[in-house]
Amino acid sequence: MKKMWKRMLLPLVLLLLMIPLSSCGKSVADRDVLAHAKATNTIVWGVKADTRLFGLMNIKTGKIEGFDVDMAKAVTKQILGKKGNAQLVQVTSDTRVPMIKGGNVDAVIATMTITPERQKILDFSDVYFNAGQSLLVKKGSPIKTVKDLKKGTKVIGVQGSNSVDNVKKAAPETTVLQLSDYAQAFTALKSGQGDALTTDNGILYGMSEQDNRYVVTGGTFTKEPYGIAINKGQRPFVKAVNKAIKQLKQNGTYAKLIKKWFGDVPGFSLKEVE
Amino acid sequence: MWSILTNNWNALLSGLGYTLAASILALIGSLIIGTLFALMEISPFKALRIIGRIYVEVVRNIPLLVITLAFYVIVPRFIIKIDGFTAGTIGLLIYTSAFIAETVRAGIEAVPSGQMEGARSIGMSYTQAMRQIIFPQAFKIVIPPLGNQFINLVKNSSVLAFVAGFDLMYQGKLIAATTFSTFDTYLIVGVLYLILTMPLSYLMRYLEKKWVTA
Repeated sequence: MKKMWKRMLLPLVLLLLMIPLSSCGKSVADRDVLAHAKATNTIVWGVKADTRLFGLMNIKTGKIEGFDVDMAKAVTKQILGKKGNAQLVQVTSDTRVPMIKGGNVDAVIATMTITPERQKILDFSDVYFNAGQSLLVKKGSPIKTVKDLKKGTKVIGVQGSNSVDNVKKAAPETTVLQLSDYAQAFTALKSGQGDALTTDNGILYGMSEQDNRYVVTGGTFTKEPYGIAINKGQRPFVKAVNKAIKQLKQNGTYAKLIKKWFGDVPGFSLKEVE
Repeated sequence: MWSILTNNWNALLSGLGYTLAASILALIGSLIIGTLFALMEISPFKALRIIGRIYVEVVRNIPLLVITLAFYVIVPRFIIKIDGFTAGTIGLLIYTSAFIAETVRAGIEAVPSGQMEGARSIGMSYTQAMRQIIFPQAFKIVIPPLGNQFINLVKNSSVLAFVAGFDLMYQGKLIAATTFSTFDTYLIVGVLYLILTMPLSYLMRYLEKKWVTA
């Protein structure tokens, strides 16, 4: 028996030795993003590929398309000129922060809400889209607003998104099931794994547009300003992105992109999101 | 690192509990179902052999995630409402049972055929010979590979995270997503899995020493 314990100890010790590793290794994430982007004429963007209207993989062309993607391309062109190259990298709600921190992407434009917690570890651009959290339910569901989420109801959310914390605050008695992406969350709702799906209304409208047996209900119960996320210590790049957003709003490109993606969504107004 | 462990102790502990529960249920279930299909595969009746063969080949050649998602997404829509934990555990059970069936079948077939012939020639029935002569010998042979399957099963239970089954991996993912310290969180999760699998590993080794060499 004694020998057995000794043998079990070794792997554990080896694992514990790995702990100091977690605090080193920063070289790529520390370089000046703006200077590097200008040198290579490329900005690497993290975008979603599972979110209708914002960033969705088009299966026919193999390209990611959506409002976030078009914004990323437009901002790139504003910063680097007409020939500027926007390289798109797919991220999910739970990989987008580590990807910025690790220097895999220069910036993330992926339906990401500006929150104080995130601002502690990341910088954000100015708001480029004002969303709000809402609920998606099956047509005719007894759940009309967030107040109807009582004990025994199940709400589906997505891991790593702040909408989960919001719904826990607004409806503390409901059970929250967290799935890994929006496509899976919507599938789970369709399979009856939950009574409602919660996230930002922009994303929910995209789901409702895809399958009209499901409707967005109850209005918004939070304010979710979307920003472009950039690693800490990249002030010049943040300034350049903010300037680009301002220019896009002034020259009408922004309104054109909003109209392209959200023109058909019922009850959508540009004033609300700008 | 320590703050992650202390702040999320309850979540991690409940995750460990769900992982343990899913693993034990799936282990017992897959051992029973796996042995059943192994017996079908070596049965003297052709129909049973074919059914067993089809089950094993289909199940072991589909990714665990696909099986689990089928139980999470398709079964509740058309047959019966089951939640993520149930779907994950059933998926794990079915998937592992195919591998256990193959392991047990190999073990039974490794017992020299003279054993069965001898048993039958002294008047034992097929079932009697199976139970009293073949099984005790096959059992010793399959212990080491069976241990492999059990350890794989515990690790594979992380599939529950994908269907919101509240297991250790699920909690780990949530903690990583809210604290943003991905590396530390998964390191802790890794150690917790070790705490589950290492004793199992040594138990199997102990059984091997005790029974196989005896």
